[in-house]
Amino acid sequence: MAHDLEGMVSHILEEMHALQGAMLPILHAIQDSIGYVPEEAVPLVAKGLNVSRAEVHGVLTFYRHFRRTPPGKHVLQICCAESCQAMGANRLAEHAKKALGCDFHELSRDGLFSLEPVYCLGQCATSPAVMIDGEVHARMNPEKLDRLLEGTES
Amino acid sequence: MKIYVPGDSGALALGADRVAAAVEIEATRKGIRADLVRNGSRGLYWLEPMMEMETEEGRVAYGSVSPRDVAPIFDLGKSHPRFLGRAEEIPYLKNQQRLTFSRSGITVPLSIEDYIANEGFSGLVNALKMTGAAIVSAVTESGLRGRGGAAFPTGIKWKTVLEAESDLKYVVCNADEGDSGTFSDRMVMENDPFMLMEGMIIAGLATGASYGYIYVRSEYPHACSTLLEAAEILEKAGYLGESVLDSDKSFHIEVRRAAGSYVCGEETAMLESMEGRRGIVRAKPPLPAISGLFGKPTVINNVISFSAVPFILANGAEAYRNYGTGRSRGTLPIQLAGNVKHGGLIERAFGVTLNELIYEYGGGTASGRPVRAVQVGGPLGAYIPESLFDTQLDYEAFIKIGGTLGHGGIVVFDDSVDMMEQARYAMEFCAIESCGKCTPCRIGSVRGMEVIDGIASGSQQIGLLRDLCDTMLNGSLCAMGGMTPYPVLSALNHFPEDFAERRKK
Ligand SMILES: Cc1cc2nc3c(=O)[nH]c(=O)nc-3n(C[C@H](O)[C@H](O)[C@H](O)COP(=O)(O)O)c2cc1C
Ligand code: SF4
Ligand code: FES
Repeated sequence: MAHDLEGMVSHILEEMHALQGAMLPILHAIQDSIGYVPEEAVPLVAKGLNVSRAEVHGVLTFYRHFRRTPPGKHVLQICCAESCQAMGANRLAEHAKKALGCDFHELSRDGLFSLEPVYCLGQCATSPAVMIDGEVHARMNPEKLDRLLEGTES
Repeated sequence: MKIYVPGDSGALALGADRVAAAVEIEATRKGIRADLVRNGSRGLYWLEPMMEMETEEGRVAYGSVSPRDVAPIFDLGKSHPRFLGRAEEIPYLKNQQRLTFSRSGITVPLSIEDYIANEGFSGLVNALKMTGAAIVSAVTESGLRGRGGAAFPTGIKWKTVLEAESDLKYVVCNADEGDSGTFSDRMVMENDPFMLMEGMIIAGLATGASYGYIYVRSEYPHACSTLLEAAEILEKAGYLGESVLDSDKSFHIEVRRAAGSYVCGEETAMLESMEGRRGIVRAKPPLPAISGLFGKPTVINNVISFSAVPFILANGAEAYRNYGTGRSRGTLPIQLAGNVKHGGLIERAFGVTLNELIYEYGGGTASGRPVRAVQVGGPLGAYIPESLFDTQLDYEAFIKIGGTLGHGGIVVFDDSVDMMEQARYAMEFCAIESCGKCTPCRIGSVRGMEVIDGIASGSQQIGLLRDLCDTMLNGSLCAMGGMTPYPVLSALNHFPEDFAERRKK
């Protein structure tokens, strides 16, 4: 695993280190391929970009998009911003927490889902909205969400 | 027969792919040669998935189509209850003034042929025959002001970059669209990406920049992949690259993904992020126009600002300037959202009133209850009560009522809203998103949540909240801390009854 990670990161570095401002594209590439950016990747990226580990760590922790622990098999993001609030997003979020048996930023009881808040998916005309594994769903309600989760499990 | 089912993420979010599949199945079953076209969305989201069919009378539409409706629509045609008549005659659309969104929903987003057939690249062709200074003058004369929130005159910004001496200059498109209640940037990127890129190329010609970046929100995976494809297509077709349309001008576009930080929509935090650092706001001066990305003179504009430019160069500054009112010239793509019956995109000249938008277009709330408040301009925008719904959408008019137009988003709330909760959320959002550089924003927002909780339990005074807002208004480096008091104070001023003492659940 550790070896795989090294290979993967050095491949990404090789491809991207020449980009101007390569840090975010590199972190994105790592997360795109394994779902998160593990702690062990930090020194590798630091070395590749010739910056301190603290610098990489600082960037990694600043941005909500980057995960530092492995996500579940599926990622459920619930929009918690104003337009969705106006259409019951808070109730929807409470329902999701109960249904999955976890809080935001945690893994569901069965370990299948990561539950995350997001602040606007650009679907505000048909709020509330959620995103599962990059697919958006609008005009959501607790019943529809249950069906959606059922359809996603596996 | 051509049948259109939008591929826009807003249509997909309501099941457009399943409708498209049903169309193919039904056509096969009936032995009809159906040509399924995945067009963009017209932005009438309350009617998505909106299916259109080409007929002798033009494109006719069916609204809110489910897969189950498809077979009966094939059988019944016009007499099906979902039939809306000609798409262009739908009043919500017909009563708009679409300059920037003139193609959205009509064309296939990634078809250059469609784009050119609908006036695409005529602005660029004109610009290639002009000097940089002449392009800048046209943009200045159009009266275009930045649509990202601060409403700064676009031409003046471009002039500064044009006049800056440098071997290298950049054009950066701010596509971080962080405001809740807004989706016009997303619509452009998904439904008419060439228009945005044409605007950026023109900005390059105007200012002498040959490299462009689009910093796009990571919450928009569909927009992101459309942009990547669009850039590739334009490169192959000779619009991007070493020689733009065989001229001696080069222009390249690179797409960069953001990473879920609201403050990175602030232009200097965005530059930090693009340079590979945490999104901490920079003190100005220097202006990005003088020293921006990697220290070079940089044009930074919002997606909608760039997208207004091709029209201006194609039709002349006058043609754009003739729309609007006072110092707010041209059109504003308004995004109607939240608890509203008919949510969607409404492009209108400045000057339309909130009343018209909320009731005539919006049809009131989705819940059927009375409207209590609208928040205009995103999370840093004011909450506005019904008594001010006769306000015109115009930058100055909104400043006058203590608000901002921001990026043109309107979020409607019904009478079940608790305005103290909304005020608390504004503080909470600021606490979550603050870049941490200044104390009034970083600490003040956390303190703000505590004070509001204190007001609820009767242990704190409202005066304390006002003092805190004052400190944030005056002591913050950027609008994150500096405008969070807008939603808080407007909630307090217009809805004081919600701030009475009560026991919190
Ligand atoms: C906290 C904060 C967030 C912002 N978010 C955005 C954004 O998401 N998109 C945007 O275009 N401008 C945003 N802005 C405004 C930008 O700083 C900048 O004014 C704008 O991109 C300039 O482009 P324009 O002149 O075309 O509007 C934000 C400003 C602040 C203070
Ligand atoms: S106001 Fe807030 S977000 Fe803006 S610079 Fe200060 S701390 Fe950062
Ligand atoms: S606020 Fe939820 S999608 Fe925009």
